Amino acid sequence: MKRRTFLAGLGGLALAGAALAQESLDPRAAAVAKGAPVRKGKVKVTLPQLADNGNSVPIRIVVDSPMTATDYVKSIHLYSERNPVSNMANFYLGPRSGKAEIDSRVRLAGSQKVTAVAALSDGSFWYDAASIVVTLSACLDES
Amino acid sequence: MAARIQIPPKAKPGEIIEIRVLIQHPMETGYRQDDVGHPIKRNVINVLSCRYNGVEVFRADLSSGIAANPYIQFYAVADQSGELEFTWIDDEGKQGSERQSIEVAA
Amino acid sequence: MKRLALAAALLVAPHLFGGNAVAQERAIPLENLKSGSAFLGDDLRSLQNDDFANPGMLWVERGEKLWSEPAGRTKQSCSSCHQDAKVSMRGVAARYPKIDAESGRLLDLEGRINLCRARRMGAEPFKYESEGLLALTAYVARQSKGMPMNVSIMGAARPRFDAGEKAYHLRRGQMNLSCAHCHEANWGKRLLSETISQGQPNGYPAYRMEWQTLGSLERRLRACLSGIRAQMLPYGSPEYLDLELYLAWRAQGLPIETPGVRR
Repeated sequence: MKRRTFLAGLGGLALAGAALAQESLDPRAAAVAKGAPVRKGKVKVTLPQLADNGNSVPIRIVVDSPMTATDYVKSIHLYSERNPVSNMANFYLGPRSGKAEIDSRVRLAGSQKVTAVAALSDGSFWYDAASIVVTLSACLDES
Repeated sequence: MAARIQIPPKAKPGEIIEIRVLIQHPMETGYRQDDVGHPIKRNVINVLSCRYNGVEVFRADLSSGIAANPYIQFYAVADQSGELEFTWIDDEGKQGSERQSIEVAA
Repeated sequence: MKRLALAAALLVAPHLFGGNAVAQERAIPLENLKSGSAFLGDDLRSLQNDDFANPGMLWVERGEKLWSEPAGRTKQSCSSCHQDAKVSMRGVAARYPKIDAESGRLLDLEGRINLCRARRMGAEPFKYESEGLLALTAYVARQSKGMPMNVSIMGAARPRFDAGEKAYHLRRGQMNLSCAHCHEANWGKRLLSETISQGQPNGYPAYRMEWQTLGSLERRLRACLSGIRAQMLPYGSPEYLDLELYLAWRAQGLPIETPGVRR
């Protein structure tokens, strides 16, 4: 590979990185709103920056909501960018949840972006996404 | 299917309680092979629900994207003494359930 | 000359006295001894320390039930002889692998559990890596949580220890590596994105993310063998036990963490 093409390639990577930083909504995640707008905000997805192993990665999803009888989170939908099954989980909550906060551990097939979309009782949809680097094990294990 | 459920045994009326659930299950993805190269069929817990005195307060649809031996933590408002019942079912139709009681008093 | 001879004798002496004196020597100085958990990221370390969410606790709980479940011809359970494991099993795992006085055989905890089943309960042995064996082993080992590993390598254990030490330094497989090449000479350095650990056994049976389940130390040794592209010895091979004894001696002073959480 010529140095120039290599450098051009690096430039491309940087651009791709910038695009990722803008966090366009994963179209599969957007589909849950059935055409309604999905806005960035209210939802916070927390993942470690780096996972030792993609088989079990801690995730926390928090939605900013008073969780009252008239203003609450109906559901939270979790999407993976690279897993063979994109819709990882759906959580159904209500006023009796008290707090719209879920902790779990997910499987991630490689470094990617994970998106959570929340459906609120007023019919609005909100989302957040978090990126994570998943490292591969150094040693083959066939035990 | 062994499971561990953790809720506080006592709470004040209206208190938001933390609920932790850990269930022993391989959450088989359907993408793995056994020692002789045969595909292992997908088998995951596909639904988990929590009823508080008979009323559903939480439900989750799960997939192969949830780690083996799934761990789920969520919240509920403790409004009266009674029982929380947790049920789950996997792709093979195997069902599991656990009950925990809670005392709610000021 | 006399003084020199005396000094020489003193230098040689520890080896002459076998176990006791050798136990004073260390492969890794105590102050540098690090459990596998020291090489984990924050997430997995806190998962191990979370007594509820640590997935290995599912097996420990199962083991607690099995402890008092009668099995075999005699309809005895572990608790029929040993009563409360919290009392009777405290510190036991720290002393394994150990020579069984009756048979002279070297046993790890799994071997001891199966021998008890055969000898006292008239029950079938558990299979390697079976849920029952992992659960009981984890439950028994858990009773020694926090206690320093402290095996004996004296008497009949000595030749097995020597064999284990030799096995530890034996080059194997397509990569032509011994255990020592990674875990003695290069621990703390990076291999791809991982930090090479000291290969300490004090968290086993452990829940490995790679396995997505609980597994024995023997399975971990098999994983290492496959990692260096060497033939995996069959489960129950005496060489595994020799290695387990050597590893336990090498880990003396490290507190037991079972069920450990590992990558």
